[in-house]
Order: sequence, then structure tokens, then C-alpha cells
Amino acid sequence: MNIQSEQTVGGLVVRVAEPRIDAAVAIRFKDRMRELIADPSQKVILDLSQVGFLDSSGLGAVVAVMKMLPPDRPLELSHLTPPVQKVFRLTRMDRVFTIHPDGADPADAA
Amino acid sequence: MQPEPGDLQLELDSSPLAVRGALTEMTAYLRGRCPEEGLAVVEIVLAEALNNIVEHAYVGGSGRITLCLRAHAGDVQCCIADHGLPMPGGAAPAGRLRLPVPGGALPEGGFGWHLIRSLSQDVDYRRVSGRNYLSLRVQAGQ
Repeated sequence: MNIQSEQTVGGLVVRVAEPRIDAAVAIRFKDRMRELIADPSQKVILDLSQVGFLDSSGLGAVVAVMKMLPPDRPLELSHLTPPVQKVFRLTRMDRVFTIHPDGADPADAA
Repeated sequence: MQPEPGDLQLELDSSPLAVRGALTEMTAYLRGRCPEEGLAVVEIVLAEALNNIVEHAYVGGSGRITLCLRAHAGDVQCCIADHGLPMPGGAAPAGRLRLPVPGGALPEGGFGWHLIRSLSQDVDYRRVSGRNYLSLRVQAGQ
């Protein structure tokens, strides 16, 4: 699964270069994320700009990644596409995660 | 729903990759028949319905799933059939959301039927002669 990370002043930015996070890849997503977040950082920012589809298994996997991190190391989300935004909103998970609006680049914010 | 010419009819295996393939075919069929935003809604609803069959109706095994779809006047009518286990209690789940509690454990599942109920209408589930039949309608816009 194509997911790359980069250390920035704002935290560890993880970019998902895949069109879907669905039931077919949810476990691989979690495994890859576990590897990447082993790299220490204050927070983890998940860039979902290339993800056009996320189902409930994908959502569960994102929640699971949040739970892998200690409470003082938040998982934040950025660049949600409209279908992905809809799933977060309908499941109220938009209240659980800090979601950076389009245009704002959390990687620049120290 | 009796099949009519112009309906999309698919038969797939109960695997996550087959579900993904069916969703791709469904998207191609609906493109031009309903707006892009409505298309995304149909994709979420069908993904959840099909993944539930793979994970629950065919738990520990596998089987075939049939899907039919009709786009008409901004509505997409969907019916799905399988030979798997019946829905618990003989009814489609209400899909009540377990709201996250501050400081409590976050749910990693249980979102599927909430999404289906939130995004579709006229949900009807029947068990007939060892088969599950689910039908629903998505308002996908003009």
C-alpha cells in the first residue's frame, strides 16, 4: 500500500497515495501506519487528499490508528475529499478528530 | 423489483476485492445517469451493504451475491440477494450510532448500518427460502 511519511515542523505528515481505504485494504493500511508512526513526532497528520473513497472498514482503521498513539500524540486529518468528509460527518467522527480544512497546510503550523 | 432492460445486474463472489470490482462497475453504470455527488452516496451505501454480506452473512465461508440497480428520475433503486446467514433477529439493523464518549474507548465498527440508514430510504429486508433479499432506494439527485 502506497503510504509515505515526512517529518515537518508541524509533525509527521503521512500521505496516503491510494484512491481508496476500504475493506479490501483496511488491515494493510493499519499495518503500514503502525510502521510509519514508529518514527517519533509530536503529532501525526494524515493527508487524505488522494483518497476519494472511505468505507466503514476504512473509518474503523483510521480510528484504530488513533488508538495506537498515546493520548499526548494526536492523529489529525487534512485535505478530506467530499465523499470522505461525508462519512466522517455522518458518523460524528468529525468531532473526534481535528480536521484541517482544505487550503490550510498543517505541516506549516509549528 | 422485476428486472427490466437497462437495469444493471451483477453477480459477485463474497470477497472484499469482488465488492470493490462491483462498485467500480456500478459507478461506471451510474455516471451520466445521476450527479457525481449522488454517485458517491450510492457507492457508500452499496459498499456497506455488500461488505456486511461478506463479513456477516458469509462469515467463515463464501458464496455468491447478486446486485441489481435501476436509476430512474434521480432515484437509484437497489436490490441485493445472497444465500448466507439471515440478519440477526430477522430484521435489518436500526443502525443506531454509538456516540463517542470523551475519554472513553472509541468504536472501530458499527458504522455500516448507520451509514446505510442515513443515506437511503425504503429499506426492506426479507428472508425467503434460505435467501436474504435487501432492497433500498437512494435519492441521488436529478
